[in-house]
Formats: sequence, C-alpha cells, structure tokens
Amino acid sequence: MFSLNGIEHRYGAATVLRVDAWSAGAGEHWLLAGASGSGKTTLLHILAGLTTPTLGTVIVSGADLGTLSGAARDRWRGRTVGIVPQRLHLVGALDVRDNLRLAQYLAGLPDDPARVGDLLDAVGVADLARRFPRELSQGQAQRVAIARAVVNRPALVLADEPTANLDDAHAARALLLLRTQALATGAVLVVASHDARVHPLLPRAYALPLRPETVAAPGVAA
Amino acid sequence: MNVFRIAFAYARRRPLATVLNVALLALGVATITLVMLLSRELEQRLVREATGIDLVVGAKGSPLQLVLSGVYHADVPPGNVPLAAVTLLARNPLVQQVIPMALGDSYRGFRIVGTEPAFVAHYGASVGEGRVWAAPMEAVLGSDAARAAGLSVGASFTGSHGLAEGGGDHGETPYRVVGVLAPTGRVIDRLVLTGIDSVWTVHEHHDGDEDHDRDARADQAKPPAVAGTSPAPEREVTLALVKYKSPVAAASLPRAINAETVLQAASPALESARLFTVFGVGTDVIRGFALLLIGASAFGLFVALAQALDERRYDLAIMRTLGARRGLIVAVLLIESLLLAATGLVVGLGLAHGLAANVGTWLPAAAPLAAGARAWHPDEWGVVALALGTGIIATLLPAWRAYRLDVAATLADG
Repeated sequence: MFSLNGIEHRYGAATVLRVDAWSAGAGEHWLLAGASGSGKTTLLHILAGLTTPTLGTVIVSGADLGTLSGAARDRWRGRTVGIVPQRLHLVGALDVRDNLRLAQYLAGLPDDPARVGDLLDAVGVADLARRFPRELSQGQAQRVAIARAVVNRPALVLADEPTANLDDAHAARALLLLRTQALATGAVLVVASHDARVHPLLPRAYALPLRPETVAAPGVAA
Repeated sequence: MNVFRIAFAYARRRPLATVLNVALLALGVATITLVMLLSRELEQRLVREATGIDLVVGAKGSPLQLVLSGVYHADVPPGNVPLAAVTLLARNPLVQQVIPMALGDSYRGFRIVGTEPAFVAHYGASVGEGRVWAAPMEAVLGSDAARAAGLSVGASFTGSHGLAEGGGDHGETPYRVVGVLAPTGRVIDRLVLTGIDSVWTVHEHHDGDEDHDRDARADQAKPPAVAGTSPAPEREVTLALVKYKSPVAAASLPRAINAETVLQAASPALESARLFTVFGVGTDVIRGFALLLIGASAFGLFVALAQALDERRYDLAIMRTLGARRGLIVAVLLIESLLLAATGLVVGLGLAHGLAANVGTWLPAAAPLAAGARAWHPDEWGVVALALGTGIIATLLPAWRAYRLDVAATLADG
C-alpha cells in the first residue's frame, strides 16, 4: 500500500531521519515507535506528502509523491490521507458537524451530510454535532478528530501520539476507535507513539532509533 | 461548505473587531459619499438655475451678491437701478432678451418677484392652474410656494416688506392669486410672481413711510418704487436677467455695461464657479477626514487579520492537511476581508443616501439638496473601488504569510 525506500531527511547538516525500507500492505495496522525526537512526526508528514524528504522515494497508494506538484499533492492528500494530529486542531470557528463537512469540501468531494451524521454516531458524538470545539472535552475532541480523519474514506490514516493526554481507559478506547474506523474503510493505519500502553494494541510495529546518524540501519520489530 | 461559509464563520467569531472595522469603514464611506452627493447636487443646481442667463445686471456693488439675489434668490439685491437704463440695454444689438425684475417683498418667506411673463417662459414653467398675471395686483405662485402657503387660485394675500418673514405688512394692497405654476424643480417653484407695476403700486402707497425706509436699509433691498411724488416719476427695477444674441457678446458687453452705464453686469457662470471654489475648500477638508477614516479602517482590518492569522495558523495548517491548496487559504482570508469591506461599503452608502435624502431635517437650509440622494453618483464607483481596495490591501501581508505557511512545521510545534 505504501513503500518507503532510501529515505533520508536533513535539517541543514544534521540527518534527522533515515528509513532504508519500510512498506505496508493493504489494510495493515502499524505502530510507528520511537522516542520523542526520533522523527516520528516527520515520517508521518513524509507519508502525508506534507514534507518532502531530502532523499528517497515515497510511494503511497500507487502515487510517487516526489512527482506530484504542490497543488496536485494537496488534492491527493485530501482524498487519500486522513490525519489525526497530536493537538487535534479542530477548526475553532466551525462546529463539529462543519469540521467534518470542511474535510469533504477541502478534499473536493461532494457534501455528504448523511456520511457525517453516521460517522459522528459511530464515534459516539452524534449529540455534539452543533457544539464548537472549545465546548468539547479532550476525549470528545479526539473522537471528532478521528471522525474527521476518516470522513473521506482515506486509504491511509495517520495518527500522531493519539494517547498523549489520555488516561488508560481513554487511551485504549481511542486506539480501539482508530482501529475500528480504519477497518471500516479498509485503510492502512499508522499510529506514531512512544506510549508503551499502545504497543500491545497494534499488530505490527516499525521502530525509529533516536539518533539516526549513529545507527546504520533502523531496527524492525515484529 | 464553501469558502464563503468559512470566511463568514471566522468573521462571526470575532464580533467586536468585526463590528469596529465595519463601522469605521462605513463611517468613512458615508462621509465621503454624503459630501459627494450634496456637493454634486449643489453644483448641478447652481449650473441648472443659471442655465440661459448670460448676465445679471443691477446696481453697482458685489457681482456675487447680484447673482445670488437675481439667479438663486439667496441674497438681498444690492439696490435699484432706473428702468430706463435696463430698457436701453434691451435695445443693444448684442442682446437677445432682457427680463427685468423688481424685488424687495415676500410672502411667508417666499420672494415676490415683479417681472414679465417672459420670466415664466425662461424657466420653462407652465401654468398648472389658472392663468398668468395680466393686471396689477394679480399674482402667480410657484408650486412649492403655493403648497407651503396653502394658497390656490382665487385666494388673496398681502406681501410683507423685506425678504424674510416678519417684515412690515402691505395690508392695504392685497394680491389676488390668478394662477399656480406646475413644478419645474428650479427656483421659480419657490417664488411668487407678479407684474412689475404691482410692486410699484404696493410701494406708492408706502412712499414717505419712515418705518418702511428703515426696513429697506436694514436688508439692503430697497423695493423699486416711484422716486419722489413728482407727476413724472422715474421708474426703478432691482435687476434684470440678460440673454446674449451670440456668444461673441461675452467678450465686450459686460465690460461695456460696467464702464459706460449705471448698471453692473455679473456673469452667473463666473460667479457660481467662484462660489464653488470657496465651498471646494470645505468639502476637500471633509473628504480628507473621510479618507482618514477609511485609512483607519484599512489599518484595523490589517491588524485584525494579522492577529487572527497568528491564532489561526493551526487552522490553516489543518486545512492544508485536509487537502486545501495554498490559493484556497489565501481566498478564505481575502473573502473574509472583502466580506467586511463590502458590508462597510453597503452600510456606508446606505447611510449616505439616507442622510442626504433627509438632509432637510438636520440642515433645513440644504433641504432642496435631498434630490441628490435619489441618483447614483458616478463617482460612487470610486468609493466602491476604494472600499474593496481597502479590503484587499489589508489582506496582502497576512495572505502572503498564509501562503508561505510551513504546514509540517506548524503541526509539529503544535
């Protein structure tokens, strides 16, 4: 479904990320493990086409991201990738329902209120549809962010530290929700996390070493 | 969902800043437009009233006063001149027409003008009811004067001395209304017309009346009267409107009149242009103030958008991750700014037209200028461009920063 080959990303002279080869098949759910600062977020951004690596090829869903122009990549991203960012970042000026419709609009897809309604129901926040983000708890906001990530039925769902501010019960529920929703659309799921509680909840893992310049090849865990 | 809804949602999220910026812009637009509407209407009126009048002749004095009193009926006339001098002028080969006027009395603030029926024809007025005066003490009323004074054909009234209300009454010589003119939109609507001999008749009765003389000096308008009580009195008029036979006359006639006769000649075109230059300074000051308001609103919009951009960097970044092109992000900011600018523009234009239409209630003297509110002034397109340009300029820097937003870095530093 996606494959990364010979990826290297540098800021100035420092290499902050190196991935020799990592590929995922259709429908697989992955943990992207690594300590803070190991480049997990950068790698998610590379998968989403938000960051272009200094070296290497990124192929997602058959598209070679290196060959897509800026606007084409924005369009591709809107339809192919669903992102749950670490700080959730719901659009504060819009209510919950409109945050999901915004995702449909920005991806260039037709307005589908039925899909929005079903999805809010599925993640358990149907009664919050007309609330604004500032009126939501952290857990509720996360459910909305997950719904927004999958509303366009993306082929790839990326979640960045989804359990960072949650207690054990909520962390487990968030992971379950991500996996359920990824399963419902058949998407590949990549959860970047350094949270040990998450590790047992995902079947596959790819681990980034902390300082790539001192390690020749990143380890691959089962 | 569309860019307009997104832009509107953001504008609604900061109601105070939004209202302030819209109000500033609306005030600027209203001020500049109001000045434009009223000064245009004033200028047009000045020109329209003077149409077909090449010269005003009357007593020596201020030419502007002569024009103001003879053409616009807005000032007292400088004095009287012998009828003979005016009659002589009418025989000049360069002159096509001379319409003499005898001023000095009024009825309820409406000026009584002793003149010839040619005066009615000159203003293109037609008799709406009744007929034109034919005998002494018959009067024809302009439409506004008739309506305001509540007079119709068959009624009678007595003029009072002076051009304002409250002068001494000419109670013993009442006028009889024989006609009411159809509205023309010109100054004749607010006049009371009669024959010159009526004015003479009224003032014969007053001859030697000391009270009357004091009034006359007080407002400089000495009604044309029979000089002395000699059996062959020298008739006087106040002034006369002159039409040239050909434009060539403009080169020599005014100078000849001023140098060689007891009359003074004044050109309405020249004098009203001079007058408008004086007004122009005032309107320029107001216009400058309005531009200042618009500038302040541009700055307010800029500050609001720049601040909003700081708060909104993450929103914009997330929109990019959801598939928005850079151009769409810029469009949201631009539309938000234009939405506010357009609201300010519409409110401002509405305010200006509303105030102009009701100018009479807050500035009674300017009431006739209300007509200017009904039409769209071509220069208002300039105001539209100015207001929308303000919206665009205020967006440029924030939009550029939004365009260059590093999505990955913004999301990463969360």
